[in-house]
Order: sequence, then C-alpha cells, then structure tokens
Amino acid sequence: MEILMILTVGVLVTVATYMILTKSLLRVILGVVLLSHGAHLLFLTMANLKQGSPPLLGEEASSYADPLPQALILTAIVIGFGITAFMLVLAYRTYKAHGTDNFDELRGTEDE
Amino acid sequence: MSTLHFVALAPFIMAIFVPFLYHKFRHIHTGWFILPIPLLLFIYLIQYLPLGGAAMETVERSVPWVPSLNIHFTVFLDGLSLLFALLITGIGTLVVLYSIYYIANKKEEPLNNFYVYLMMFMGAMLGVVLSDNLIVIYVFWELTSLASSLLIAYWFHKEKSRYGAQKSMLITVTGGFAMLAGFTLLYMMTGTFSIREIISYGDVIVSSPLFLPAMILILLGAFTKSAQFPFHIWLPDAMEAPTPVSAYLHSATMVKAGIYLVARFTPVFGGQPEWFWIITSFGLFTLLWGSVSAVRQKDLKGILAFSTISQLGLIMSLLGLGSAAFHYEVVDGQSLYTVAVLAAVLHLINHATFKGSLFMVVGIIDHETGTRDIRKLGGLMTIMPITFTISLIGVASMAGLPPFNGFLSKEMFFTGTLNSATLDVFNVQTIGFIFPIVAWIASIFTFVYCMIMLFRTFTGNHQPEKLEKEAHEAPMGMLISPIVLASLVIVFGFFPNLLAYTIIAPTMQSILPGLLEPGEQFYVNVYHWHGLNTELFMTMGVVFFGAMIFLNARKWQETAFYLKERDPLNWFYDNGLVGLIKGSTAVNNVQMTGKLRDYFSFMFIFLVVVTGYMLWQRDAIAIDFANTAEISPYMYLISLSLILSTLVVPFLSKRISAIIVVGVIGFLVALLFVVFRAPDLALTQLLVETVMVVLFLLVFYHLPELRKESFKPAFKISNLIISIGVGLVVTLTALSAHAFSAANPISPISDYFVENAYALAGGNNIVNVILVDFRGLDTLLEVLVLGIVGLAVVVLIKFKSQKGEDV
Repeated sequence: MEILMILTVGVLVTVATYMILTKSLLRVILGVVLLSHGAHLLFLTMANLKQGSPPLLGEEASSYADPLPQALILTAIVIGFGITAFMLVLAYRTYKAHGTDNFDELRGTEDE
Repeated sequence: MSTLHFVALAPFIMAIFVPFLYHKFRHIHTGWFILPIPLLLFIYLIQYLPLGGAAMETVERSVPWVPSLNIHFTVFLDGLSLLFALLITGIGTLVVLYSIYYIANKKEEPLNNFYVYLMMFMGAMLGVVLSDNLIVIYVFWELTSLASSLLIAYWFHKEKSRYGAQKSMLITVTGGFAMLAGFTLLYMMTGTFSIREIISYGDVIVSSPLFLPAMILILLGAFTKSAQFPFHIWLPDAMEAPTPVSAYLHSATMVKAGIYLVARFTPVFGGQPEWFWIITSFGLFTLLWGSVSAVRQKDLKGILAFSTISQLGLIMSLLGLGSAAFHYEVVDGQSLYTVAVLAAVLHLINHATFKGSLFMVVGIIDHETGTRDIRKLGGLMTIMPITFTISLIGVASMAGLPPFNGFLSKEMFFTGTLNSATLDVFNVQTIGFIFPIVAWIASIFTFVYCMIMLFRTFTGNHQPEKLEKEAHEAPMGMLISPIVLASLVIVFGFFPNLLAYTIIAPTMQSILPGLLEPGEQFYVNVYHWHGLNTELFMTMGVVFFGAMIFLNARKWQETAFYLKERDPLNWFYDNGLVGLIKGSTAVNNVQMTGKLRDYFSFMFIFLVVVTGYMLWQRDAIAIDFANTAEISPYMYLISLSLILSTLVVPFLSKRISAIIVVGVIGFLVALLFVVFRAPDLALTQLLVETVMVVLFLLVFYHLPELRKESFKPAFKISNLIISIGVGLVVTLTALSAHAFSAANPISPISDYFVENAYALAGGNNIVNVILVDFRGLDTLLEVLVLGIVGLAVVVLIKFKSQKGEDV
C-alpha cells in the first residue's frame, strides 16, 4: 500500500510543480495547494501504514496507528491553510492594483 | 606602549588634528604644522644608528593587540627597518617642506585633506617597516594602498586622477590580499605570526608542501606594490597625483615597500632556487622593460615613472642574486654574492635621493611653466639655473656617471651580475651569462632617457609661445628640498663610506642573518676607482652607445615604437576590466531575469540534480515490496480517482471547474485520512477544505477568468521535464527511504505517547494530547501563525496608501 501511496504522492508533486512553473498567479496558488496535499500524504505514508486502531485509547485495541505524524500533519494543515488564505488575498490585491494575474506583466517598475 | 610604537602612531594622531588646525589657522599654511612631525621622528630615529663601527643593536617592544589569535603589535627595529624608517621620515620632511610651496594656494586647495592623507600614509608606511607581526604588517600595508589612492585622486574632479587611483587601488589591493593568504600559509606552517620566529623555522618552511604557494603569494604582494612587471602599469597612471606625492610615494617610499618585503623575507625563503629565479628574472625583465618604455615618454613624470619601475627592477634583481649568498662561505665579512645585496641597499638609498630630487625638479618645471611635455619645453637652462643644476646632478646620478652616487651603485650592480654569471648553484651556469647583458642593455636605455630628460628640457630653443606661463626660477622655499637631496647625492657620491657601517652593514646583517660569526660585520667599502676592470669598460660602453642612440634620435623617433606612448600592457588591464563587467552583466542577465518562473526552475533543477546525483552516486535507490501493508480493493479506487483528478488540474480553463476539482482532491485526501485511521485529520481536512473552497469562490469572483495557457511548446515541454524530474526524484527518495526503514527498523517514539497519554496527561485522544500537552508549543505558534495571517488579511484589504494608490 505504501508504494501505491508514494506513487500518488509523486503524481501530486509532479502536477504541483508544473502548476507552480506556469505564468498565472492563480495556477501557482493551486499548485501550492496540491503540493501541501502531497506533503501531508507523504508524511502519513512514511510513518508506515500498518493497520491498527485509530489513536484513541478508549478502543482498547492491541495496536494503534502512529499518532505523532498525525499531530504533525494537523499542525501542517492549519499552517498551510493560513498561507493559502493569505496568498489568495494577496492575489486579489495584486489584481486590484495591477489589473493582471500574469507574471510576465507583473515586472515591477521600470527603474527597478 | 614604547616610544617606538609612538613613532608609527604619531602621524595618525597628527592626522586627527589636521582639520582643526586647518580651520582654526586659515592664514597659516597647514603644512607648517605638519613639518615638525617627520623631522622629530627622523631625529629620534637617528640615535639608533650605530656609530664608531659598533654592531647595530636591535630593539623590540611588544603590545598585545589580539593575544588570543597571536596578534601583537610588536615593533622591531633592526638595520633594515631603521634604513626604511629614516628614508620615510627624512624624505617625508623634505616633501612636506616642498609641498608647502608647491600647493601654495591656501584658499582653493583642500589642504586639510592633503595632509590628513599624507600623515595617514606616513604612519602606515612606518608601521609596515617597524612591525614584526605579519597581520599588523598587512593592516598597515593596506593602509598605505588606501592612503596612496586617496592621494592620487587628490584632484578628484579630474577623470584621469580617478582612473589612476582606481587602477593603483585594484592592483595593489589584489596583491595585498594575495600576500595575506601567503602570511596565513606561513602561520599554518609555523604557528606564529612573528617574522623573527618564522625565520627560525626556516627548515620547517622549506620542507613544507606549502612553501611554494606561500612564497608566490607573498611575492605577488611585493611585486604589485613595487610595480614589477607585469603589475607596473599602475605607476605611470599614478602620476596624476600632485608632484610631492609622486616624489614621496611613487619614488622613495611606497614602491619600496615591496623591496622591503622581499628583503625581509630573504632569510626565510632565500637560498631556494625558486626564490632566486623568480625575483632575479622578474627584476631584470622589469629593469629592461621600464628603461625601454621610459625612452618613448613625452611627459617628464612619465619618464620618471618608468625610470622608477626600471630602478625598482634593478634593486629587486640584486636582492634575488644576493639570495645566492646563503650557499657560500663568508670570508672576512664578504663573499661574491653579498656584493649584490650590498649594491641593492646602496642603490636603494641612492635612488631615494636622486629620484626624490628629480620629481621635485619636474614639479618645479611644471609649476613655473605650466607643462611637463618635453615637446613644449626647451632652453630653460639660463632661465632656471638652479633647477638645471639640481637636474644635472640627479640625472647624472641616475645615468650612473661619476662622481655621483649612482655611479657607485651601478658599478656594484655590474659586479653583482658579473659574479652571478659564474655562479654554480641553481643551474645558473646555463643562462647566467644573460644577466650582465640584460643589465648592460638596460643601462644604455637608462642613459638615453636620462639624456632626453635633461637636454630636451634645458637645452635647445626656448618656446615661450607654447608655455602657459612665463618661465622663471622657482621660489627659494621650493628649491630647498631638492637642493638638500642633490647635496646628498654628491655627499654620498664622494663619501660613500659615511653610510658603510652606520646603515649598510646593519641592513645587510638583517637581510642575510646567520652568515657571520658572532661579533663579525659585513665588509662594506665603496670606492670610485676599482682599476681598469670589466665594470668600468661596461660603463664606458653604456656612455658611448647611449650617446650614439641619443644623437641619432631623429631616425628612430619616427618609428611606431616611439610614437605609441602608452604601455601595451594597459590594454590587458582596460579590456580585462571591461570584460569582467561585461561577463558579470551577462551572467546576471541570464540568472536574474526577474521572472518568478525562472527562479523556480533554478531551484527545482538544483533539487533534482543534487538529490538525483546523490541517489545515483550512493547507489541508494531501492524498492521494498515485502514490508508493505496490504491494499484493500477500495484503496485502488481512491488512489486512482485522486491521481486522475490531479492530472486533470493543468488542463482546466474554467475557474469554477478548477475550484471543484481542487476541492475534490482535498476531500479525497480527507477520505484517505479516514482510511488510514486518522479521525482528527479527516475532520480538520474536511473543514479546511470547505473553508478553502469558499475562499476560492470568494476571491475568484473578483479575479479574471483563467486564461488558457497559450505558451510556446518549448516552454511547456521544459516545464514538463522539470516537473516530471521533481516528481520522480521525490518518488524515488520516498521509495528508497521506505525500503531503508523497512530494512533497519527502529521502534518509533510514538510508543511512548501511546503508553503515557492517559497516565501522564489524562487524555484518551492521543493526537490531541500530543497537540496540547506533549508538544503544546507547536500548537501555540501555529495559533500565532493563524493570528498573523488574519491580521495581514485585514491590513491588506483595509489599508491603502494615503493617495489612494495601490502597491
């Protein structure tokens, strides 16, 4: 199962990289969202996907899924969300100010 | 802090007061306040001269500066230091006196700048020659470069001054930096920065593999400073400086710092073939190149500049030849090769006297006629008789004519080269016969430019219409210094043994230590009449051929060689600089495009190349199928839909579909979290994804429709290659890491959390216990991140600049 997951992550990363390399601000943001999904899934995968109970002690199970990566991913999701939200608002402001979302046209001032 | 420390620091202290004196006493020329400093230092230093034939006593005083790094401000006074210190202060006094009359216009000239720089230079130079610690020497060394550049660019409104200052700065600082590297290598070999201690480690250094690099780096410093070929090109351009500066820095003191360095390190490196050959050959070539180039100069200062280069090459080559003395027994205080060192020291002194006076004379001519161009000058002999007399003495001494001091050193120079031709160390016998020939040819050209200088300026027709001013004799004050120097030329010429045991023998003792029995002294006896020997015939030949060339000047002055005034090596410097700037601009233009996409691709390519190379190089790629969890059939379904919906994303051109597909991906990820038994993650992911979709919708409403990506195929393909590369590297790394961890299992730290979540924290939800208890700090800062994002969003939307403009 790990190998299947890693391949999935590979596809996510590839597409995310491709989106980040385009010239449109919005596509870059979408790429960053995909990249964070890939990172989160990779995190979970690399901590072994051997079956076990959810990490809730009330279950009285013999083995539990690894709780530490879950805690780390939870933190990462929230931070990723914050960054994405900020980027979206920034994109909105950029568009208001410059009237474009194309990087080729967002080149700063002439005498830079 | 001893008095000797104060000697080096006094000029710096004076420099602080110069601006106050300049502004407080506007009616008195600032130079008068400066004059006592070098004079007092000179008088103070004279008392160290050994009189009555006794050996010189060395003085050493130390003040810790950075003791933890072995850096102490140690002053060390032996013959060599004393000789240079006397030259610096003595000629410094005369130059200050001369400058008072030369820069006489108190109102218009920024005298405070001039004297601050000059004092800075003098202190730095004294620091170089008096210090024993290599790092301290380096600090003072760079200070001389800095002060020299400031002085060259004294008239900074002139383009040429700035060019000359920049050139000298670049070349000397490059050399200085190489020298620092050489010093560091010496420290690595010996563990000390003190020159005297380094000398005692001579065997260690010679047998070390770092010997040659250290030697070459230090020589680079010496050669750039002393204007040796091919680094001599800065010196002629430094002639844009005021003439007192040229006289002081570019004839008598700074350009001799390299000579000092070579002499100082002769006990360390001397006796080695590399040292002998490098210094001798570069010195001789510089001698020849400088004398030949000087002939075609039309500017008096240009002639003097190339003449200085040539004479420095002479001294350098003598030091190189003299280093062979370490291989011979010294009998009665002399051997065949100590003569070369003796000649070097003698010529060092002589050159300082006659070159100083000649520069001052040229300054006078410039000052009184308004030009230094030999094509405009002529017939000044009767108008400026005193100047003419001084010039005659200086020029005759430079040409090496009796009875002036230049004759003595030239004869000894010939003796040194003739002796060396018969050397039997370092394979000299093979091409040693070239030494005297080169020396002789260079002397002929020296004679020629000396005659050009004298006769073109003072004889022939006077052409008042070409001059900017009406020519007349200089004021007395301006003449004092050159008269003093010219008298010294005569005094040293007639009584050379005044110097013999007072300064020359102690200096030789410092350059060639360990050759003498204790209590013995080097034998120094300089006299005019050697009998009818080879050297005398060589001098006669020089006079004869030199006169022939000068008399037939009309013929060769039409040739291209004569008409091209600038040194051809300047071409390399100028084009090198232009090339450097062009090259760096070109690199910059490729690299700094200002496009986000390019920067991203640099980073991605770097990531792929470095990680990929390491994976391949360490043979780390591995896939482990054995230790994987089972795959439930529905997992294929989820993964497949995730992969498919991801692959669709780049092709979307409607924003609403983009939002929906990305939302689907997010929810599929949440589904995976459910499958992998992570309820908290699934919950958060669902919530976050929902909010994100809402945000996307909100923002996209205000943004333009996604344009179709209509880029060139090359752009798309390169992007595709990069992204596939990144995906591949990530996949391979993850697979290999998984295989590695399966092969080397380590029990995860999470077992601790599972066991203790309830016992220590009293919670059943282990993930939540980790978040708020075991690793609560992460959560705190994550909350902070969200708070900052919230504030930033508010600021971005609410606040605009006053004029209503965005950006």
